[in-house]
Amino acid sequence: MTVSSTSTAPASARANASRRAPGSRTAGAARTARRKTMRERDRSGYVFVAPFAIATGLFLLWPTIYGLWMSFTNQSLTGTKSSFIGLDNYIEALGDPQVWQTLWHTVVFTLLSVIPLVIVSLGMALLVHTGLPGQWVWRMSFFAPFLLTSAVVASLSSWLFQPEIGLFDVWLSKVNLGPVGWLSDENVAMYSIVLVTVWWTVGFNFLLFLAALQGIPHTLYEAATIDGAGGWRRLFSITIPQLRNITAVIVVLQILGSLKVFDQIYLLTGGGPNGSTRPILEYIYDAGFTNYRLGYASAISYVFFALILVFTLIRLVPTRKES
Amino acid sequence: MSIATLVADRRAEAQRTRAENRALTNLTIGPSPWVRAGTLIALVVLAALWLLPVVWGAVTSFKHEAEAALPASWWPSMGWTLDAYRSVLANSDLLKWMGNSLIVATLVTILTVMISAMAAFAFSQTLFKGRGLLQALTIASIMLPGQILIVPLFRQMQAMGLVDSYAGIILPQIVAPVMVFILKRFFDAIPGELLDAARIDGAGSWRLFWTIVVPLSRSILVAVAIFVFIGAWNNFLWPFIVTTDPTFMTLPVGLSTVKNAYGVQYAQNMASAIIAALPLLVVFMLFQRRIVQGVATTGMGGQ
Repeated sequence: MTVSSTSTAPASARANASRRAPGSRTAGAARTARRKTMRERDRSGYVFVAPFAIATGLFLLWPTIYGLWMSFTNQSLTGTKSSFIGLDNYIEALGDPQVWQTLWHTVVFTLLSVIPLVIVSLGMALLVHTGLPGQWVWRMSFFAPFLLTSAVVASLSSWLFQPEIGLFDVWLSKVNLGPVGWLSDENVAMYSIVLVTVWWTVGFNFLLFLAALQGIPHTLYEAATIDGAGGWRRLFSITIPQLRNITAVIVVLQILGSLKVFDQIYLLTGGGPNGSTRPILEYIYDAGFTNYRLGYASAISYVFFALILVFTLIRLVPTRKES
Repeated sequence: MSIATLVADRRAEAQRTRAENRALTNLTIGPSPWVRAGTLIALVVLAALWLLPVVWGAVTSFKHEAEAALPASWWPSMGWTLDAYRSVLANSDLLKWMGNSLIVATLVTILTVMISAMAAFAFSQTLFKGRGLLQALTIASIMLPGQILIVPLFRQMQAMGLVDSYAGIILPQIVAPVMVFILKRFFDAIPGELLDAARIDGAGSWRLFWTIVVPLSRSILVAVAIFVFIGAWNNFLWPFIVTTDPTFMTLPVGLSTVKNAYGVQYAQNMASAIIAALPLLVVFMLFQRRIVQGVATTGMGGQ
């Protein structure tokens, strides 16, 4: 079909090209004109874009629209007939203390996790980028936890957090401290989850920083060395400034990632103790799949989406500046 | 190439890397032995901390169940045993879930790379009506977080009869607009002369794509594939929503249901965690350089 029919195109394209590019033009211009013509003749683009376009329409755009429609209905998972109820779900959501509470937990988790996730990963990358022996070991140790699935992370860490017999409590008891209710104390649980999250995902940012560090031209350091700049001076006058752009990008990516927290909280505490760690995504899950209120869950999803969108749009700003 | 030259090659490369690293050390922290020692100690401490949970889990998994629950000891007095592994492999669906994860992650990876590369090729090297509009739509859809779609998507899967099926787990995961743009950016850099020459020789777009674009882009395609595979292998939320039947559960989902079934059998818990962790860790050790590169190039989402 389209694929085979294009094979006849080049001959006529060449004819077109010579008509469009008279001899007075430079060879470069002629080439551009010819290329453009060839591409214009090429209708196979539809075939190439079709699978992706269909998949995107079916599994991304349609659910987005459908979800928006659902948020204006009282649709239920139990399958009873649903009807249009206008903005009722949104009005209820804005007055629902659980929405605000879980939104707040999400923001707290984000604030608490983003800072160490950026700083620790930067520190790791700077340490590894010194080129000291053992590169393979360092990379593996820092990045390996990222390769673990959330259920494994939850198993390993809840074993460390186990009251009395877990490694952390045993260590604390040796210095006459604890036991700490790592996951059972309302004042501690969120910090424990942040700790686990930093351990689990910091390796990803570490690799991004490491790649950025490797991109810094060595000549900068050489010049600084000749000028007599010491190690610290080189760190703060060359390395850190060179990382400014990528740090901004990593921070925004990390904020977006942290806002979508669900797995580790759901698996470690189930949102507890007493709902004190429940993030907004878990509330959406609970509203939809535990309480069967799909319409209401959709409305909360869109409230959450609005929040994410704000940060996504911020993300676009540095991109524009760079280009 | 003979094995001897291969080994020599490897050795020469390792030597080059070592020399580069030594130069890097001089450039970044300088020649002072104290600073070097301090940096090295910091690295050792951090690495030990980061390995601790996995090592401790592994130690526990090799203990007798009776001893695992006793306050932490690094060297069990009752000796080491494989009991926990034996009973986990015999009594749980761990291997079945692992097989499911392999099927799901592999298919998600193949499909995602396929359709993303094709779309990227269309955006980069062909002209068609509506291209600009489609591209704008694709950029906009990068902003849609899949997590907010769990409710309508589940409803849609019910309507399509895809709840508790591989298709239901896989299909919603293959849409990755970010990857399209990472690939498009790469395809844009392919010299136009090369493609023109092939066109003049009578190659259609399909042949152009397979014989020029794909071979030239192998590195970025592998990078995207690695990134997608890790994500799909570890994805929890969507498979968790769309499967209720244990026969279709992926490893993360199945594992999360097992936790309560075992109760307080810590050795078995840790054994299943270690088994579940093993495949990706082994793959990582084998292809470390590739994976590090792949994550670094795709991780920024094309920024």
